[in-house]
Amino acid sequence: MEFNYSEEQLALQDTLQRFISRDYDFDKRRKFSASSLGYSAEAWSQFADLGLLALPLPEDYGGLGGNAVDIMLVMEQFGQGLLLEPYLSTVVICGGLISDAASEPMKQQLLPQIAAGKVKIGLAGYEAAGRYDLSYVACTAQESGAGRRLSGRKTVVLDGPSADCFLVSARSSGGIGDRDGISLFLVPRDAKGLTIAAYPTQSGARAADLLLENVIVGSEALIGAPSRALPIIERAVDLGVAALCAEAVGIINALNQATLNYLKTRKQFGVAIGTFQALKHKMADMLIAAEQSRSMAIIAAVHADSHDAAERHRAASAAKAYIGQAGRLVGQHAVQMHGGMGVVDELIVSHYFKRLTMIDLSFGDADYHLASFSDTLRPAS
Amino acid sequence: MDLKYSPEEETFRAEVRAFFDAELPTDIRTKLQLERRISKDDMVRWQKILFRKGWGAVNWPKSFGGTGWDIVQQHIFEEERADACAPPQNPFSLKMLAPVMQTFGNAAQQEYFLPRILSGEDWWCQGYSEPGSGSDLASLRTSAVRQGDHYIVNGQKTWNTMGQYADWIFCLVRTSSEGRQQQGISFLLIDMKSPGITVRPIIMLDGEHEINDIFFDNVQVPVQNLIGEENKGWTYAKFLLTHERSGNAGIGACKRALKKLKEIAAEQKSNGRPLIEDSRFRDRIALVEMELMALEITNLRVLSATAKEQRALGPEVSVLKIKGSEIIQQLAELKMHALGHDALPYVREALDLAWVGDPLLSAHYRSYAPPISGQYFNQRKTTIYAGSTEIQKNIISQMILGL
Repeated sequence: MEFNYSEEQLALQDTLQRFISRDYDFDKRRKFSASSLGYSAEAWSQFADLGLLALPLPEDYGGLGGNAVDIMLVMEQFGQGLLLEPYLSTVVICGGLISDAASEPMKQQLLPQIAAGKVKIGLAGYEAAGRYDLSYVACTAQESGAGRRLSGRKTVVLDGPSADCFLVSARSSGGIGDRDGISLFLVPRDAKGLTIAAYPTQSGARAADLLLENVIVGSEALIGAPSRALPIIERAVDLGVAALCAEAVGIINALNQATLNYLKTRKQFGVAIGTFQALKHKMADMLIAAEQSRSMAIIAAVHADSHDAAERHRAASAAKAYIGQAGRLVGQHAVQMHGGMGVVDELIVSHYFKRLTMIDLSFGDADYHLASFSDTLRPAS
Repeated sequence: MDLKYSPEEETFRAEVRAFFDAELPTDIRTKLQLERRISKDDMVRWQKILFRKGWGAVNWPKSFGGTGWDIVQQHIFEEERADACAPPQNPFSLKMLAPVMQTFGNAAQQEYFLPRILSGEDWWCQGYSEPGSGSDLASLRTSAVRQGDHYIVNGQKTWNTMGQYADWIFCLVRTSSEGRQQQGISFLLIDMKSPGITVRPIIMLDGEHEINDIFFDNVQVPVQNLIGEENKGWTYAKFLLTHERSGNAGIGACKRALKKLKEIAAEQKSNGRPLIEDSRFRDRIALVEMELMALEITNLRVLSATAKEQRALGPEVSVLKIKGSEIIQQLAELKMHALGHDALPYVREALDLAWVGDPLLSAHYRSYAPPISGQYFNQRKTTIYAGSTEIQKNIISQMILGL
């Protein structure tokens, strides 16, 4: 067993930490979030220069061939710095999906561009009435000459407003909710019939709803086998879930550090408030939650590259459910112990709290993943 | 034992309900139904309507122009108010300052200020907390130095709710540094138009402007604006805090939030079916509902015992404050979780009723969704303000349990 990062990984971690303290402090982050883009284009191109965008992509296509543990390391720093760039969407989820399942020409076309920071992609996998279920696909894909005609709506596409193209799930056959019959298509943002409704998110990033009205795509836009796309989407989302868990661990540690500092410096009744036993015990619970969450994030990362779908999904769900609950405890305690200072916009604490909350609500909340995990405990029938 | 309201109380409830049905302006009702922003103007308009009916102050005795209602009637009124989606009244003047003024103020103060509160003419805010004095309120440092017929006030107050609208502020100030900290505090009424007062907005984590810092730079306050005696302010402050906490069970608001939660869970879909059919989510609602059932009766038991024994509310209000704040937080959290992905968008303009919306955005952003996540974030304040949960537990363990 080995629980430590390699020398190379530690060097990358160090580079990211220095980048955040130099170019991405809280004031800068606030400006990036308020800009029309919603993140820093300059940071994105620096990520490309640093090889961050190439990190998990296959070496044959301009990538560095990294794994989910490398992603974990990066995403933990994304959490610490509350970074806004569309790394999860473009590199982890869509980069993973294309590496995994796209046609040879599409890989050659897109992967080097992702690595170079020239193309950004959003996953349009969810629909409003489906909640967190990726098999709930009412959006239709009807044959149209050599291609397909897509119609329907997709909801809360993360980083959608800045995406150059989308990976859209649509139904070729079967009923809404069937696992079979779902196909995945690459749709450029300027496709005729595609309308994008953009908005900010509660954690300061951007997302969009998509309306597809008879969007025509050619057969080359298909990713994976027709009607058989759900497993590849699920695999990419599991990768995304593992990455989100790592981001949450970064935030949990940052919140714990901030809260510990506050307990040591804030004085009431003539003493530091950290001398009160009620608060000490809360802080101890937060430390335990942080350690347990890190272990869960490691489990999710180590299994994320596995092609054993059941094992991979079980690990991702366990981690997401656990970290959803642990993040809730840490976020709520951190705010409570900061008192009034915990509920103001001025301190980073509330921003960490909001991001942790939104992480829980993305790609299935704690209850959703608890259900998914506990389903694996049913006796085989 | 009988949990039923008397026929007289049921008649009273019907009368209150009929009044709300007839008199609550539709635009204000719609804002509250959809949980959109309400303005000071909305609250003042509603106060004036209540005043015309003779219901301007439901917790005041008749001698001061109040309704003289008993605690059960007040409870019924509050429940019906929340259910009818009528705005709350300004608590700082009606529920905090007024009982202090009625008990410890002089006749001139009572005659001048109380009618103006009742009619909605004056808007009051509270100046208690300071940057270094939160839970440890008695350590406050804002000073008031007597010079002839005036006090000269210097210092800073914080977490001041809705002070941006205020005509007046009541403040705890330090008039002496001798003896125990508590013995040098006085209770002062200050005109917000006085030269030397600066109001600085504090933006909360939901992006809204609800609270302020207030700075006092050599502000002149006439000595006749002192409540009671100099250096006795702590006694009045404690009296006020008990009154403040008595309303903090917030049963009416909790019931309204529970109803809203059920509506949302019926409307939101999970795999095409109403979310309320998901037993895991339904259980979460059920657990909060049970807490609320218990708190409603606990609240009534506390209030009726106090009324029967003809005594002031005691440390048992801490139980109500802790539970009430936890329940409203849990309901806000469940409302957010009911939304799923719909909880992620932050469409700030949609908090205004006038917002028409982007027709492309799903219908949810035009109906109940926009305020929900912000409410969850905002409601974290309820276990912090008016004596944090930690302070309330200290009160229970010391004053009830003798630990």
